[in-house]
Amino acid sequence: MHAESVPAGKTAALKAFEGMAAEPGVKKPDPILVVDNVVRRFGGLTAVNVNHVEIQRGSITALIGPNGAGKTTFFNQLTGFDTADEGQWTFNGQNMNGVSAYKVARQGMVRTFQLTKALSKLTVIENMRLGAQAQRGENFFRGLIPSLWRGQEDEITLQAEELLEQFKLDAKRDDFAGSLSGGQRKLLEMARALMGKPELVMLDEPMAGVNPALTQSLLGHVKNLRELGMTVLFVEHDMDMVRDISDWVIVMAQGEVIAEGPPDGVMSDQRVVDAYLGAHHDAPLSAEEEERQLHEAEAELDATLEKEVKE
Amino acid sequence: MDWTLIISRAVEAGIGSEAIIYALAAIGLNVQFGYTGLLNFGQAGFLAIGAYAIAVTVATFGLPFFLGVGIGLLLAAVMALLLGIPTLRLRADYLAIVTIAAAEIVRLVVRSVALSDTFGGTDGLQAFSGSFYDMNPYPPGEYGIPPIIGFDNRSMWVLTVGWVLVAVASFILFMAMKSPWGRVLKAIREDEDAVRSLGKNVFSYKMQALVIGGVIGSLGGFIFALSRSAVQPDLFSTDLTFYAYTVLILGGAARILGPIVGSMLFWLLLIFIGTGMEEAVNSGAITFITVNQVGAIRLMLVGLGLVLLLIYRPQGIFGDKREISLDAR
Ligand SMILES: Nc1ncnc2c1ncn2[C@@H]1O[C@H](COP(=O)(O)OP(=O)(O)OP(=O)(O)O)[C@@H](O)[C@H]1O
Ligand SMILES: [Mg+2]
Repeated sequence: MHAESVPAGKTAALKAFEGMAAEPGVKKPDPILVVDNVVRRFGGLTAVNVNHVEIQRGSITALIGPNGAGKTTFFNQLTGFDTADEGQWTFNGQNMNGVSAYKVARQGMVRTFQLTKALSKLTVIENMRLGAQAQRGENFFRGLIPSLWRGQEDEITLQAEELLEQFKLDAKRDDFAGSLSGGQRKLLEMARALMGKPELVMLDEPMAGVNPALTQSLLGHVKNLRELGMTVLFVEHDMDMVRDISDWVIVMAQGEVIAEGPPDGVMSDQRVVDAYLGAHHDAPLSAEEEERQLHEAEAELDATLEKEVKE
Repeated sequence: MDWTLIISRAVEAGIGSEAIIYALAAIGLNVQFGYTGLLNFGQAGFLAIGAYAIAVTVATFGLPFFLGVGIGLLLAAVMALLLGIPTLRLRADYLAIVTIAAAEIVRLVVRSVALSDTFGGTDGLQAFSGSFYDMNPYPPGEYGIPPIIGFDNRSMWVLTVGWVLVAVASFILFMAMKSPWGRVLKAIREDEDAVRSLGKNVFSYKMQALVIGGVIGSLGGFIFALSRSAVQPDLFSTDLTFYAYTVLILGGAARILGPIVGSMLFWLLLIFIGTGMEEAVNSGAITFITVNQVGAIRLMLVGLGLVLLLIYRPQGIFGDKREISLDAR
């Protein structure tokens, strides 16, 4: 790839992480979110116990870890959907501990849910419109006078239609969200979150249940968010996707951050392999797959040999 | 059997003060339950507040009628706030428990012996509607379409004011539910957390719905008191709330016209069946029951009708099946 074809946002993000020590809790040059000593216990179980974590502004950061590691619980703490037992965190330098969920969203930190929350008895376009912030018509008295909010509503609708098109949901515009498939609901929820023009987008397994072709185009959208100056923090179990789009990876296990680093580095980290990926995460899953990989390797070898012979 | 009498009574009930009272009570519940998903089982308490506010202000303290109206609206709003503050952050069922208890408390307070100087005890209060009927523009006489519909001038005045209130409340609600404000309410009915994650103050919206629904209920209380020129505490028991829910579900929840048509139809059918059975017994067409048993049988038929409605048409007459909140989630 030529140097000038790498988009500006990506270059900036990569530059920010250049030469950074790959260790848990490492300082970032321009953090949008700084978390200190957040603890959440459920009875005797400590679901989250994060000492220190920073999220670099304008980057795409992946949060990975085994089932039950505390990723979703951590998201809930940060976005005000659950109260932390201990700790504090700042967003854009402002203390966010104890701030209610709706205020967190208004400040520009918007999340999606692992278990999708499409509002099924609203149409797709109404779902989208709901996501827009600071709507004049959302006040009861102003709502009674359409001329006060019609103009804004039209703008919101245009913005919504654009996003729906990007997320390939434009054909479903006027259907009830309840009639969408599971994957389409994931897409709708993500698109709806973007209606609020957030600064930090927190996605909890955005690609779970989305088909491969659409995943590809969604990856493009997520990368585009970074180009638009947004910061993305996402939870994902698909390592190919993590490798493809993230600038930085944070690994959680049993509530704690056990590793941080660039995607390739982190995935070869022994602790991560032990706790999450498993020793054979690159290994073939079936005999046929093994056969295929073997053939590929042979073909590659042959090609190089041929080349060498020619030279 | 006197069919003219049966039809006349039924039609008069369908457009009469009862239909208005229950329409207003059900419009209030529609804001709360139909659109927002809040279970207010204390609507009778809000009607009691409206009715007693006028009665006490005028009959007990001798103050102006319109002051009573103002106090009624204010107290209904205050009661909604008091009920909402502790419960709206909790699960939906807590609101149901607290409102049903609060409505009973209101009823027990106004019927208490200790406060009978103010509220009149079990006898209630009379002689407070004078200034309302002084404003009556209808000259004395019979109005309507004989032989089916006939109202005197006092009833005409109550019905006119009552149906205007129903129309105004419904129009305001119509405009509100079309607006982005209404969209937030409908979204809350489905999933509060999703709405929170989009930056909306869910608690505030639920509170607004509770207050608006309660205030509309108190309008029903005004008509209740004025149409009878008397208030009694036991008119505001829990039955009233459940009839209002019946009306709402019959007409179709989350529909503007649902409570109105539901209420008209409910009273039309109830009186039609009741009068019809009485007439049948009196004329000897039915021999196995007595006139005294008609009331109980009528209620059993209402119950049966409601069960059938919920099974075969849970969305009510106007409802959209995809959009009702009665279904399993
Ligand atoms: N409401 C709750 N009550 C009790 N325990 C809970 C609750 N929520 C989460 N937990 C526990 O906290 C731990 C962390 O759960 P969490 O949902 O955060 O995991 P996760 O990392 O998101 O996992 P996954 O990848 O499967 O989504 C789990 O052991 C879970 O059982
Ligand atoms: Mg999770």
